[in-house]
Amino acid sequence: MLKINNVVKIFNKNTINQKIALNGIDLELEEGDFVTVIGGNGAGKSTLLNVIAGVFSPDEGKIILDGKDITNVPEHKRSADVARVFQDPMKGTAAEMNVEENVAIAKMRGKKRGLGWNVTKEDKKKFKELVSQLDLGLENYMSQKVSLLSGGQRQALTLLMATINKPKLLLLDEHTAALDPKTAEKVLEITSKVTQNQTTVMITHNMKDALRFGNKIIMMNEGKIVFSASGEEKKKLTVNALLEKFAIVGNQTDRVLLS
Amino acid sequence: MLLQLCAPLTAVFNVLPGSIADGFIWSILTIGVFISYKILNIADMSVEGTFALGGTVTAALLTIGVPVSVAMIVGAIGGFIAGVFTAILHTKLKIPAILSGILTMFILYSINIHVLGNKASLALLGRITLMRKLAEATSPMVANLIVGGIFALLTVGASYWFFGTKYGSSVRATGCNPEMARAQGINTDGRIILTLGISNALAALSGSLLAQSNNNVTANMGSGAIVIGLAGVVLGEAFVKEKWPFAFRLIGVLAGSVLYRIVIALALQLLNGFLTADDMKLISAVLIIAVLAAKRFSAKRPLKTKSNNLSENLNAENK
Ligand SMILES: Nc1ncnc2c1ncn2[C@@H]1O[C@H](COP(=O)(O)OP(=O)(O)O)[C@@H](O)[C@H]1O
Ligand SMILES: [Mg+2]
Repeated sequence: MLKINNVVKIFNKNTINQKIALNGIDLELEEGDFVTVIGGNGAGKSTLLNVIAGVFSPDEGKIILDGKDITNVPEHKRSADVARVFQDPMKGTAAEMNVEENVAIAKMRGKKRGLGWNVTKEDKKKFKELVSQLDLGLENYMSQKVSLLSGGQRQALTLLMATINKPKLLLLDEHTAALDPKTAEKVLEITSKVTQNQTTVMITHNMKDALRFGNKIIMMNEGKIVFSASGEEKKKLTVNALLEKFAIVGNQTDRVLLS
Repeated sequence: MLLQLCAPLTAVFNVLPGSIADGFIWSILTIGVFISYKILNIADMSVEGTFALGGTVTAALLTIGVPVSVAMIVGAIGGFIAGVFTAILHTKLKIPAILSGILTMFILYSINIHVLGNKASLALLGRITLMRKLAEATSPMVANLIVGGIFALLTVGASYWFFGTKYGSSVRATGCNPEMARAQGINTDGRIILTLGISNALAALSGSLLAQSNNNVTANMGSGAIVIGLAGVVLGEAFVKEKWPFAFRLIGVLAGSVLYRIVIALALQLLNGFLTADDMKLISAVLIIAVLAAKRFSAKRPLKTKSNNLSENLNAENK
C-alpha cells in the first residue's frame, strides 16, 4: 500500500553544507504492517518520515500510496491519508485551544472546513467519550487549554487526534522520547491500542520497543536502510543481535545510546 | 478649592462621550490588529496603510458622489486586497512578516496620495456621510457614538462567530501551531492570506468611519495605527485573562480600545501645557510598555503554578 522507490533527499545541495540525508531508500509496506525504524542520530529516520508526510519533497525517487503517486502532493493535502505524531509533545496540538477544539480540528482532517460551528453539543459528548478511552482522566478537562496539560497527556491526545479518522498511514517519530519512562510506557500502551490494524511506521531509539512492536523492522545508517527483517525473522531478533548489526555498520558511538 | 477639585472631574466628563465614540471607531482597527497579532501571531504593519486607504478611498468616492455604502465597501475591499498582498509576500516569497507589512505600508502611502488626487488631505464637509443625517437630527457626537457603537458591536459579533466556526478554528490553529495545522490538513498559507485580508479590511473600515466622523482625511492618517491598535489589544488583555472564553477576549479588546482613547484624552486634558497632541505617540508607547511590564511582573508566577496544578491533578488521577 506504501511504496517508496529509490528516494534521495539532499539538504543544502551544492553548498559546503551539503548533506545526503536519504541515499536511495526502497521500502514497501502492506496494509496493516507496523514497521519500527531504528538507527543512530542523523541516520535519516526523521527525514524519511518527513518525506513521506510531504514536509520536504525528495530530490529523487517516488512515493506511492495506495497506487497514487504522492511524491509532490503538498503536506496539507496528504494529511487526510498520512497522520503524524512528533517527538516534541508541543508540536502535535494547538496549545492555546482547548482539548475539544483540538479534537474537533483533527476530526475534520481531510474534509472541507466550512462555516458550521466547530464544536457542537453532540460533538462535546462524542469527544468526551473518545478522550475517556485514553484512560487519563482528560475527559474532565475538555474545555481546558491544552497548554495546561503535561507532555504525556499532550502526546496521548495527539495520538488520539492522529487516529480519530483512521488514516491510511500513521507516522510516529520517537513520540515517547521526550517523556519520563512511566509516562512513555503509558503512551506506548495507548499506541498499541490505537494502532490495531493500522499501517504504522514508528521510529524509536529504544531497541526493546523496536522489537516488541510491529511485524517489520528496519535499521538505517547514513541515509540507507542497512538491515531489515519481518515476520518470524523479526520475532527471533534480540537486542544483542541488533547491537551487533550496529557494530558491523560501524556505529560504535551509538552503542551506548541504544542499549 | 472646590473648583480646583472639580476641574479634573469636569475634564473627565467633557472628554468621555467623544473618547468613547472614538474608541468605538478605532476598536474596529484594534480587532483587526488583534486578529493578525494575537490570532495569526503576525505583527502586521500594513494596517498603517490600509487604515488610511479606507479613509482616502471613502473620501474620494464620496467626493464624486458615490453612495456612502458603496464607498465604504470599496474602501474595505481595498484594505482586503492590500492585506492579501502582504500575506503573499510573506507566505509565497518568504519575506519576513514585519518587512512584508512595511513594504505594503510604503506602497500604500504613495497610493493614498494618488487616491486623494495627489493631495495630502481632503475635506468631507457637506458630503453625505453615514453619520450626517443622524448628526443633523441629534448632534455629531451622538451620531458618532451610535454609528461607531453599531459597527464595533457588529465587528465583535462577526469575529466571535467566524472564529467559532470550523474554518475560523482552523485559522486559530494556524496561528497557534502551524506545524500541527498542516499535519491536520490545514492549508496554512491559504489561511494566512485570507485572514490578513480580513484584518486589513477591518482596518480600512475603521479608517473609513474615522474619516467620516472627522469630516476630513489625510494621506498619512494611518501613521501610528499599529501602535494604537496594539495599545487597545494590550489594554484589553490586561483585564481579560487569556484562559477566559474567546467572546470575553474580543469584548476586552473593544473595551481596551475605548479605554485607550479615554486615557489619551485625559492625559492631554489634564497635562495641558505639558503635553500636546504631538506627544500622543509617546504616551501610547509608554502606556503599552507599562502594561506589558506590569503583566510580565505580576502574571508570571501564578500562571505557572496553575498549570502545574492541573497537570498534577491529572497525574494524581491516573495513579
Ligand atoms: N531541515 C534540514 N536542513 C538541513 N539538514 C537537515 C535538515 N533536517 C535534517 N538534516 C540533516 O539530515 C541528517 C538526517 O537527519 P534526521 O533525519 O533528522 O536524522 P535522525 O532522525 O535519524 O536522527 C542529519 O545530518 C541532519 O543534520
Ligand atoms: Mg529524528
